[in-house]
Amino acid sequence: MMRADLELIHRWVPEGAHILDLACGDGTLLEALARDKGVTGYGLEIDPAGITACIAKGVNVIEQNLDEGLVHFEDDTYDLVVMTQALQALRRPDRMLDEMLRVANECIITFPNFAYWRHRVHLGIRGYMPVSKSLPHAWYDTPNIHLSTFNDFEHLCREKGVHITDRAVGIGDHEGHWATRLRPNLFGEIAIFRVARQERR
Amino acid sequence: MPELPDDSVGLVTPQTAHFDDPLALACGRTLPAYDLVYETYGTLNAERSNAVLICHALSGHHHAAGYHDADERKPGWWDAHIGPGKSIDTNRFFVVSLNNLGGCHGSTGPISTNPATGRQWGPDFPMVTVSDWVHSQARLADRLGIERFAAAIGGSLGGMQVLQWTRLYPERVANAVIIAATPKLSAQNIAFNEVARQAIRSDPDFHDGWYAEHGTAPRRGLKLARMVGHITYLSEDAMGSKFGRDLRSTDLNFGYDVEFQVESYLRYQGDTFSTAFDANTYLLMTKALDYFDPAAEHGGVLAEAVAPCQCPFLVVSFTSDWRFPPSRSRELANALIRAGKRVSYVNIDSPHGHDAFLLPEPRYQAVFAAFMSRVARELGLEETA
Repeated sequence: MMRADLELIHRWVPEGAHILDLACGDGTLLEALARDKGVTGYGLEIDPAGITACIAKGVNVIEQNLDEGLVHFEDDTYDLVVMTQALQALRRPDRMLDEMLRVANECIITFPNFAYWRHRVHLGIRGYMPVSKSLPHAWYDTPNIHLSTFNDFEHLCREKGVHITDRAVGIGDHEGHWATRLRPNLFGEIAIFRVARQERR
Repeated sequence: MPELPDDSVGLVTPQTAHFDDPLALACGRTLPAYDLVYETYGTLNAERSNAVLICHALSGHHHAAGYHDADERKPGWWDAHIGPGKSIDTNRFFVVSLNNLGGCHGSTGPISTNPATGRQWGPDFPMVTVSDWVHSQARLADRLGIERFAAAIGGSLGGMQVLQWTRLYPERVANAVIIAATPKLSAQNIAFNEVARQAIRSDPDFHDGWYAEHGTAPRRGLKLARMVGHITYLSEDAMGSKFGRDLRSTDLNFGYDVEFQVESYLRYQGDTFSTAFDANTYLLMTKALDYFDPAAEHGGVLAEAVAPCQCPFLVVSFTSDWRFPPSRSRELANALIRAGKRVSYVNIDSPHGHDAFLLPEPRYQAVFAAFMSRVARELGLEETA
């Protein structure tokens, strides 16, 4: 059973696509996509345990720190770039978005929504940095240095002229909740965006 | 008789395969006949699908694992990774490890007799390249009834042979593991090799390579060559932590005898090597390193050079390796990625420099074992022992 956000991405990735999965973790998504949809490509990861797990699965994994960008990858060489739950941990998420849309025309990005109502309660009412299922770390040891909200991300896309072609929100692990469209910036815990370059071919 | 460790392949005996089919070499010359000495560990299964080829590095040989006799002080050079339950698990895999042509450990090389003259080959032994080695290894595979290796594996110069295997015999390699290698030597790498060669060739005992006929050997030159090589195998940190500025005695003696521990170590390494290795072989092997550049025949585009490769690759580098640094392994991985090949690249944190590929290190072992387990699983290999 895959994580709910991965389930949805699995549905969005086209058959036979050549993709990059940034921060691919233990390779669960790439393994499932290769098995079910004939998808090829590479995962990028820096966590040693994740890398070993990928290799054990037969998932192609490249040890690379995403803060270095995607310099080793040429323009327009992939159908799609996926990045789950890593945007908020990067030094420059805006530059990564540019990089992703340089190597592929389309990207799928997921990140925790800082404006989720539970997070707002933590900060706005109780006066503490939010800790939740999607933000499990304490303020002092969190890798998440660039937290944002749905609104923030949409604003960034507008500024960059990036098309948002699809959007889903999630609450917890339940797939049934993914369709939630009502005030997503308040009720969505995890954002899943599908974005493309302005000039679509 | 001392007991051998449980995770050792135990006592092993080298074997020799003789070949009468002439081998045309890249240099234009032909070896009319030759011997290859090799060892095997584990059991070849009925389908002959579990064979693994080990390719050795500059000063390596066929004795990669186990012991030749119970009193042998040290096991084979890659014993840390080959054996029952180890990364290359001999309970599943049948391991073939040979001494390359031009070597000095039993395979035909400069110290063998040239049948045409009755003299030792000496400096007249033809220059062999990585491709020549691969072709000769393929003949050994034929002899052993191995149509396709489950994996070809090598570190350093051994990794270059593996890369060449995947290009020249793509249908005969199911998986490739290339460790601490490079797709070609840098100017600095060639420069170090040239210093080593000049050290040997300028030794008065070299006699243009005919030293054996003069009843001598260029031991001083070979010692210097090894000392300089050894510096490039270790990292600055590894040398620093091993020796620092430690002195052999308490006081400086203002002379040129051994004073610092690092001097003592290098001299010892050089001395040991110079009595155990053949200088002409060392010269040949360094040239094979220098010449290796599969991208050259493709306008320098490595991604085109690897186009014929079919198998999944594991490319491994070590953070402190400055002989063939991580960037060189990454260059290879990038070319494979550009060519759309299946490849994983791992950069292991190690303080041991280039030598790290020989040593056990938990993360290195975990990655290596994970890859080999996947190979065994995909090929449906059962335990044979």
